[in-house]
Amino acid sequence: MSEAGIGSGQGTRAWLLSEYPASRMQARLGRAYATWLRFAANRLAVVGLAILIALVLVATFAGVLAPHSPYAGDLAGARLLPPLSPGHLLGTDDQGRDILSRLIYGSRLTLAVVLMVAVLTAPVGLLVGTVAGYAGGIIDTALMRVTDIFLAFPKLVLALALVAALGPGIENAVIAIAITSWPPYARMARAETLAVRHADYIDAIRLMGASPLRIVLRHVMPMCLSSLIVRVTLDMAGIILIAAGLGFLGLGAQPPAPEWGAMIASGRRFILDQWWVATMPGMAILIVSLGFNLVGDGLRDALDPREAER
Amino acid sequence: MSPTVAAASRTGSRPAARLWRPLLGLIRFAAVVATTFLGLLAVTFFIGRVIPVDPVLAVLGDRAPASAMERVREEMGLNLPLWQQFVLYVRQALSGDFGTSVLTTNAVMDDIRRVFPATIELATLGTLIGTGLGVPLGVLAAVKRGSLTDQIVRVIGLVGYSVPIFWLALLSLLIFYARLGWVAYPGRIGVAFEYSFTSTTGLYLLDALWQGEWEVAWDVFRHIILPASLLGYFSLAYISRMTRSFMLNELGQEYIVAARAKGLSEARIIWCHALRNAAVPLVTVIALSYANLLEGSVLTETVFSWPGLGLYITNSLQNADMNAVLGGTLVIGATFIGINLLSDLLYRLLDPRTHAR
Repeated sequence: MSEAGIGSGQGTRAWLLSEYPASRMQARLGRAYATWLRFAANRLAVVGLAILIALVLVATFAGVLAPHSPYAGDLAGARLLPPLSPGHLLGTDDQGRDILSRLIYGSRLTLAVVLMVAVLTAPVGLLVGTVAGYAGGIIDTALMRVTDIFLAFPKLVLALALVAALGPGIENAVIAIAITSWPPYARMARAETLAVRHADYIDAIRLMGASPLRIVLRHVMPMCLSSLIVRVTLDMAGIILIAAGLGFLGLGAQPPAPEWGAMIASGRRFILDQWWVATMPGMAILIVSLGFNLVGDGLRDALDPREAER
Repeated sequence: MSPTVAAASRTGSRPAARLWRPLLGLIRFAAVVATTFLGLLAVTFFIGRVIPVDPVLAVLGDRAPASAMERVREEMGLNLPLWQQFVLYVRQALSGDFGTSVLTTNAVMDDIRRVFPATIELATLGTLIGTGLGVPLGVLAAVKRGSLTDQIVRVIGLVGYSVPIFWLALLSLLIFYARLGWVAYPGRIGVAFEYSFTSTTGLYLLDALWQGEWEVAWDVFRHIILPASLLGYFSLAYISRMTRSFMLNELGQEYIVAARAKGLSEARIIWCHALRNAAVPLVTVIALSYANLLEGSVLTETVFSWPGLGLYITNSLQNADMNAVLGGTLVIGATFIGINLLSDLLYRLLDPRTHAR
């Protein structure tokens, strides 16, 4: 039955959803497909996914999409034009720069910050959490105390102090946010590890002579991945907000970089008369971080059906 | 077996254990508190002393003569080994000495004592608004699960999670202050009252009401309501979401079925039975959201020129006043940790299930 219908669309679906997968690959693909179906059934999550895909596309093709340069403005002829002006869909800022073009180029900065923080924090949290959970004893206590200390810190304030010491700039903002963001992942990974540590399959692998390193890397970490992905996606929204907050305070990306938070800060002076200068970048931040929240919620429901019932 | 019986049977077998157990728990708790605070100090010490290439340079600038550099280095204790510096730092911090602010030339601790009540007042009113609206909304969403109401509450929460607070603050200022003229701005109190009104506690709203200065109270209210509502919205997003989840959990329990079978009214079941049980974890959530508001106030205060700790920190940041920044960070961090521990303790006191263990 499974081989017969691979050709047609209906057959692929049946093959994927087969109760009796013939190969490991079919089982894996089938599971991924089932997860996707659960995800796609959530309309809001799909909207969120569309937002994120759009963000990636806009960031990639910024050079093609942007109608004007993000840096060069027309000081004489196009200062503080309102939205829907000819040639400037979202208006221009105080230096005559096209706001839409700056937003488009700014998406690169936002995406870069989010990716950098995710790459820096998720593996660290995963490693600390799984090692602490698997090793137990004094290693566990020591690692978790350190985690708790960082967890006890208010994120934004710690990031502020760090950037104050390191000096403003987008790299330092990323470092500061990364230092403040890893502890929840460690806590979560530890909890997951404790749940599987005494499972039979772990004992079986240990009896076969696997080293602790191998057990943690190959057999414990994969169990933590799905909840880690959900958590990281949900945290991305908060990270965008903190990065924008740092930018707003002048501690993130420095001018003339088209960072959205910094753009709001520069538009603040004109808020009473030229409201769009500060409003547009804020909309962009809101939309993107909403996208991450929606996808995160959808992923959580899709990956953990038990939670979804709530 | 009731707890008293359990305790009695334990006393019978091991009298010493009964005495020791709470004491041991207390010691453990104290150790956790101590290490957490020490860790906090270690982090701020690291930020202030280790990351900058030369703290002396930060104080004197790079044009100072070498002799002056040497003297300041000794005054700051920077020629000592790092661990001695840390011990010195901890001793100073514990006695409330965070150095002097370069910007205001006051002791940082005095500055903080002056500005902190403004932040407390703002965060408290914000939490009150967030709890007052968030809990009923969450209950409503849980009861009418899947309905339009539920969806609306969900969207309100989602937007609250996703919107940059400083941006929303700017827009609300534009609408409610500039266009509609409903609220007052900037700061905590109008110029007309600023010098005639003396606040004893630093909490202007309470003081004005206490002294019966209705005009002042109204003016203070017009100043505080917008920033407090904004902070309130953020805690509402969090509180309503958690309330919904706790309530769904309770509404699925058997005692709800029993209450229905008894013929109790639905309102009584929801508000008296289910919410009462959901209230225990909710206390923790509300405490956490209060701690988060202390932090959220940094950006809000900057927009509203609210003379609190957040504005103090950002002003100091802009002027490279590290002592003030780290002192403020330490105070917010310590308050944050304190509230976390307190909510932990409250949870244990309120939830009878944790007594049995």
